[in-house]
Amino acid sequence: MIWDWAFAFEILPVLASAAIVSIEATLIGFALAASLGLVLAVVRIAVPWTGWTISVLVELIRSTPLLIQIFFLYFVFPKFGVVLDAFTAGVLAIGIHYAAYCSEVYRAGFDNIHRGQWEASVALNLSAWTTFRDIIIPQAIPPIVPALGNYLVALFKETPLLSAIAVLELMQTAKIIGSETFRYTEPMTLVGLFFLAMSLVSAALIRSLEGLLNRRTMR
Amino acid sequence: MTEQPMVRFDNVSKRYGSLTVLDGLNLDIARGEKVSIIGPSGSGKTTVLRMLMTLETINDGVIWVEGEPLTHMQRNGKLVPADLAHIRKIRAKIGMVFQSFNLFPHMTAMQNCIEAPITVLGMKRADAEARAAELLDMVGLSEKKDHYPSQLSGGQQQRVAIARACAMRPKIMLFDEVTSALDPELVGEVLEVIRKLGREHDLTMLMVTHQMGFAKEFSDRVCFFHAGKICEQGPPNELFGAPKNERTRQFLHAVLEAG
Repeated sequence: MIWDWAFAFEILPVLASAAIVSIEATLIGFALAASLGLVLAVVRIAVPWTGWTISVLVELIRSTPLLIQIFFLYFVFPKFGVVLDAFTAGVLAIGIHYAAYCSEVYRAGFDNIHRGQWEASVALNLSAWTTFRDIIIPQAIPPIVPALGNYLVALFKETPLLSAIAVLELMQTAKIIGSETFRYTEPMTLVGLFFLAMSLVSAALIRSLEGLLNRRTMR
Repeated sequence: MTEQPMVRFDNVSKRYGSLTVLDGLNLDIARGEKVSIIGPSGSGKTTVLRMLMTLETINDGVIWVEGEPLTHMQRNGKLVPADLAHIRKIRAKIGMVFQSFNLFPHMTAMQNCIEAPITVLGMKRADAEARAAELLDMVGLSEKKDHYPSQLSGGQQQRVAIARACAMRPKIMLFDEVTSALDPELVGEVLEVIRKLGREHDLTMLMVTHQMGFAKEFSDRVCFFHAGKICEQGPPNELFGAPKNERTRQFLHAVLEAG
């Protein structure tokens, strides 16, 4: 038999603790992506002269592979005196990479806000900061939750790239188990199932969040 | 000059590319004066309000509010383009009500009315709410204070928008075709609120309107705009009763015929 249940149960605890690293990387990476993306989108509107620079930056990040960016932060930055441990470098790269995508999502959200909302904010003499915080962002976010959620799941599925710089996340751990025991079937299958399960769970969570937000805003 | 005008447009021009929307506008509005602006679409009448609310920049001239430049500031005796801090200081004297209401849809009527007083004027929440409650009462919507805009009729939304603008205690109120988006049977309730506002508050009012009857009855002065200029202006009974200009006659004839 190809599948050995006893072996699968034996490696499960090791994989489970590695899964926690994957989830940590996902959550920290996405928190960075969502907040940095929002900052980029807001600055682009609030400080018009930064528009060109931010566009170029976003395009640059989106048009190069994430793996190269991870290597850059981990192997090239130390040459300039910036030494990061593997986890930090990896999560930073993932966060920045997805911030570029998220900023475009936010931008689409802002573009959908009716011009009258900005004009009413001017007429009430609201500051730019208050306008974004109280008027624009609360209206722009609910419709883009599905798009942001897609990027959360996509980001999660890219965390195995961190194995390339030897972060002990799921993929790296599975590879180590495989090379030590010469059994790849169980570890790789379990890793695949884990990603499947987590992706389905997050998709369901995002859908219920979406429903909640819609109920709150569509009154 | 006896008294400083509340608002003065001093040779103000507005162009979009090669299209001149306003051409050297000179207009003084006295404190407490109610001025109606009428004219065909594309005559630049809404642009007058939008420039005063700083929603549009101007290409030439200076706009003065209570003797202070709005679009410019004085530096070493010269007028230079104003910075944001200066614009916000002067802009605080002006409020505006829009054709499309522009209420904040994610906030209740009450929240709409206290947002700016709290964040801009720094009022305490309780004080802002007390003031907003008075204003919502003035516009006849005390019972609707916890309703969201989507739960209100167009006329009710516009009355909330008027209360919201008043909450900032402006000296000048701008009304931009505030009844044009309303069903005919809802126009009256909004006009009634504006009448009340005119009676009870010492506000300078500038309104762009298609309601000729209301303009005639409510305003101290009516300005007829045509092709980016004031074609004719005067007290309503003169302008409506005995228009001197041929274009004014044509416009009024066409509008009254239709109405």
